[in-house]
Amino acid sequence: MGITLLAFYLFAIVAVCSGLFVVLARNPVHSVLWLILAFFSAVGMFILVGAEFIAMLLAIVYVGAVAVLFLFVVMMLDVDFVELKGGMAKYLPFGLAIGAVLLIELGLVFGHWNVADNAEALRQSVTPDIADKHNTIALGSVIYTDYIYLFQASGLILLVAMIGAIVLTLRHRTDVKRQNIQTQMHRDPAKTMEIKNVKPGQGL
Amino acid sequence: MGFFETNLGIFVTILAQCLAVIGFLLVCAMFLVYGDRKIWGAVQLRRGPNVVGPWGLFQLIADFLKYLVKEVVIPAGADKTVFLLAPMIAFVLPVVIWAVIPFNETWIVSDLNIAILYIFAIGSLEVYGVIMGGWASNSKYPFLGSLRSAAQMISYEVSIGFIIVGIIISTGSLSLVDIVKAQDGNYGALSWYWLPHFPMVFLFFISALAETNRPPFDLPEAESELVAGYQVEYSSTPFLLFMIGEYLAIWLMCALTSLFFFGGWLSPIPGLPDGPLWLIGKMAFFFFMFAMVKAITPRYRYDQLMRLGWKVFLPMSLAWVVIVAFFAQFGAFGGAYARWAVGG
Repeated sequence: MGITLLAFYLFAIVAVCSGLFVVLARNPVHSVLWLILAFFSAVGMFILVGAEFIAMLLAIVYVGAVAVLFLFVVMMLDVDFVELKGGMAKYLPFGLAIGAVLLIELGLVFGHWNVADNAEALRQSVTPDIADKHNTIALGSVIYTDYIYLFQASGLILLVAMIGAIVLTLRHRTDVKRQNIQTQMHRDPAKTMEIKNVKPGQGL
Repeated sequence: MGFFETNLGIFVTILAQCLAVIGFLLVCAMFLVYGDRKIWGAVQLRRGPNVVGPWGLFQLIADFLKYLVKEVVIPAGADKTVFLLAPMIAFVLPVVIWAVIPFNETWIVSDLNIAILYIFAIGSLEVYGVIMGGWASNSKYPFLGSLRSAAQMISYEVSIGFIIVGIIISTGSLSLVDIVKAQDGNYGALSWYWLPHFPMVFLFFISALAETNRPPFDLPEAESELVAGYQVEYSSTPFLLFMIGEYLAIWLMCALTSLFFFGGWLSPIPGLPDGPLWLIGKMAFFFFMFAMVKAITPRYRYDQLMRLGWKVFLPMSLAWVVIVAFFAQFGAFGGAYARWAVGG
């Protein structure tokens, strides 16, 4: 029992509670804020187990990017949540049934869990001990040497997904006026501007 | 075993270090606001603050007291908790980042081996202060301002990230102390990263302006369109927190520019001793640049801002990462891009 354990319980309780409030909060924006707190507790737990690189990535990607997008969408959508929650009673037994089935399945899986003899050896980390090498260096040397093809392939998949999303939403409207930055910057003052000498009291 | 090696001793040491950094930051923030107003005034042929104290130096203390004792007005339709949480986030996060900023080789609260990722992680949270403040005010202008600000901060974070990746490739470490050490060479100011990473200095500076919502990119607070953006409904202490947070973020960007490109605490002339005063001097210089930019440039239009971020800076910084990677791998320019290889 040390500070580490205390910190773990703190993070764990905060994570579970904020997860609960994500579902229970009446205001969807509050839900997203609770979700951010849950992510943050996960970051804390990753730091506790010494995976500081993953922890920081979790903070950057999930808290810094994904949750911001959630917040954007939730804040801008004009959804009537009272009406949405109104269907709660109708779907509650259904949801509970699905939950129960999942729980039973998980129970069955864990009931028949056989640990292979060499599991412990296989589970030994492929990276060197944390005392020898920092997370970042260890991960980098594994990802960019042993798993370079898989890494590149996953990058390609993400690229394809991104292009797909852009293609789906991109449309060229011909009925709107557009700016052409290049032509704007190369405008010639001599051609577009005329300087007139206005005599006082006369005007043009 | 001395007192400072016991758990309590370590705790007390860290607490004292944190308090020292926070004290330094608050004093800095005071003079930054003063300097900002003075420089701005000088450019516009005004005197700036000059009434309270010698040269108006105590103006900020007077302002500070005024902010503290005024009433906190909370709009009737506002979400009270989030409304008050937002300025706290906006103030605390820029302070927290300073834990990993080294003022000297050993003058640092925590020399993390992932300092840059930490800065990025906390820096990407700063947007929440703005978004929450704008939303919780329950008013149109703050909401529009906060959405603008969020989009802007996220956009420019991307190009800042790529510029830093170039630095990381050159150094081979995510620690700020290592980055500064890698710039230590025999040629003083010429060994620093600004020379090999020359074009990126400007990109970083401009991105920093956009990231901290400074003019010419102060669209979240564009008073001609949005009154004061997300800060409209804030008064007294919550507003003060927003303002100090903003200035600390600017001061942080000055520090990062000095550390990444201008050798941090290293002396520019070989032979002179290195020290934290160099770092603070460099930071002050970059703050002067920030203030001058505020004084002399007109505001960007929103679509121009987004175009600059996504269509100009992002491709340039992305290409630069590839170029630096090639230079570093093949040891171009006498290993100027591969400082880890020459022992930097």
